[in-house]
Amino acid sequence: MTEHDMSTFWHWWVIVLTVANIVGIFWLIRWTSKRRAGEVAEGQETGHVWDGNLSEYNNPLPRWWLWMFYLTIVFSVIYLALYPGLGRFAGFLGWSSVGQYQQEASRFEERFGPIFAAYADRDLPALARDEDALRTGQRLFLNYCSTCHGSDARGAPGFPNLTDGQWQWGSSPADIHQTIMAGRQGVMPAMGDALGADGVEQVTHYVLSLAGREDANAELAELGAPRFAVMCAVCHGAEGTGNTALGAPDLTNNIWLYGGSAGAIARTIREGRHGVMPAFGDFLGEDRVHVLAAYVYSLSHQAQ
Amino acid sequence: MSHEIVEKNIGLMAIGILLVISIAGLVQIVPLFFLKSTTEPVEGLRPYTALQLEGRDIYIREGCYTCHSQMIRPFRAETERYGHFSVAGEFVWDRPFQWGSKRTGPDLARVGGRYSDDWHRIHLINPRLVVPESNMPAYPFLERREINADITPRKLRAMQRLGVPYTDEQIASASDEVRGKTEMDALIAYLQVLGTAIPHRR
Repeated sequence: MTEHDMSTFWHWWVIVLTVANIVGIFWLIRWTSKRRAGEVAEGQETGHVWDGNLSEYNNPLPRWWLWMFYLTIVFSVIYLALYPGLGRFAGFLGWSSVGQYQQEASRFEERFGPIFAAYADRDLPALARDEDALRTGQRLFLNYCSTCHGSDARGAPGFPNLTDGQWQWGSSPADIHQTIMAGRQGVMPAMGDALGADGVEQVTHYVLSLAGREDANAELAELGAPRFAVMCAVCHGAEGTGNTALGAPDLTNNIWLYGGSAGAIARTIREGRHGVMPAFGDFLGEDRVHVLAAYVYSLSHQAQ
Repeated sequence: MSHEIVEKNIGLMAIGILLVISIAGLVQIVPLFFLKSTTEPVEGLRPYTALQLEGRDIYIREGCYTCHSQMIRPFRAETERYGHFSVAGEFVWDRPFQWGSKRTGPDLARVGGRYSDDWHRIHLINPRLVVPESNMPAYPFLERREINADITPRKLRAMQRLGVPYTDEQIASASDEVRGKTEMDALIAYLQVLGTAIPHRR
């Protein structure tokens, strides 16, 4: 990526400065360790005096230190020959950080690719009984899905429980696979303006009655029924059993994505909801999503 | 006795020291200012909208960078979790960039689109509501504070002077774009665009 990006000027700029620096350092250490005419003998005081009484001996550089210095020079020359460092010169090893990454990635792909490919050929219900596949699926789930759906897959308010057997977008293997691959956008429009405050309350109680709830006020529910038929049945169905093609939840099972109190339901009706399941197809790829879907499928199909 | 000359002329010594320590910078840093891959945006990169830019300021103000990095390194373990590794061309308009150096929380370089807006809202109000084991602080006050729309155009203007290709129309409409929006809205808008210029394809 970067190696051909550098212009000839900067290519030589780096080379000249680097080489000159190494040569200069080598020259400097040779020059300073050389004996010169007029120098006092080894072990004698040089004659410089600082601050009135600070003087120094003319001692040679310690041998071990000098050799280490030479070693660093040798190291730098070898390093610059093998690895990229001198302008556009890639080094005799041809190493790059991106290359190392791709090598690492392809090594793991060689190892895991065939495993995922073998899983991809099996249908979800079968895969959902395969212990190894499920363990892999669970790890994928914990990595990518638990942030919203929880590590136990039981969800949170606004994020569906995946273990209860109730499916907003369909429970078939193909539906689950599609939900993970392409994501889902659930839109419950805000009905507050259309229904008015009284209307919201009436429909709320009608919805409560659909779920067979004891806190449903029968009078209000009766008033809400015709409003539901006009405003809500299009998506949720005349019986309120929902429509998985639209992601309209079943309202009769007393399972509530956004809370089941009368207040929470009224708020959903009044202000609407916009549930988003992000798409993971591009990020995870078909094969991994297949294993993930098998794990999710298994969460509510363990009995079969 | 030539080392006496250097030792007794502090000005000469200063020049010598400067020369020696500047070599590394001249070799390793200066050429980067002239490379396409470090100075030009990657294809598909768009300047932050006014709301996203305001959100970025909230991100910086709240010190998000002290716990979250925005730099996916080219290691498989990182790309599996976060997506394609970060490249320099994604950050050319980030002034200053938010790479960070510490991960108490996860990397956020490609958090855009990974979660829904609702998730971010709930998570910022109280992270424990969606991630029970989280130790991230809660930021519920962001919902109650409005963006100061009057100074937004000046922020875009400053970025324009630094080389971000904002048009004058964008600057003129910046106030209207953020007026009435909360700091929460702005921060979520910012988070949702992070890293989206490079799609991850497996």
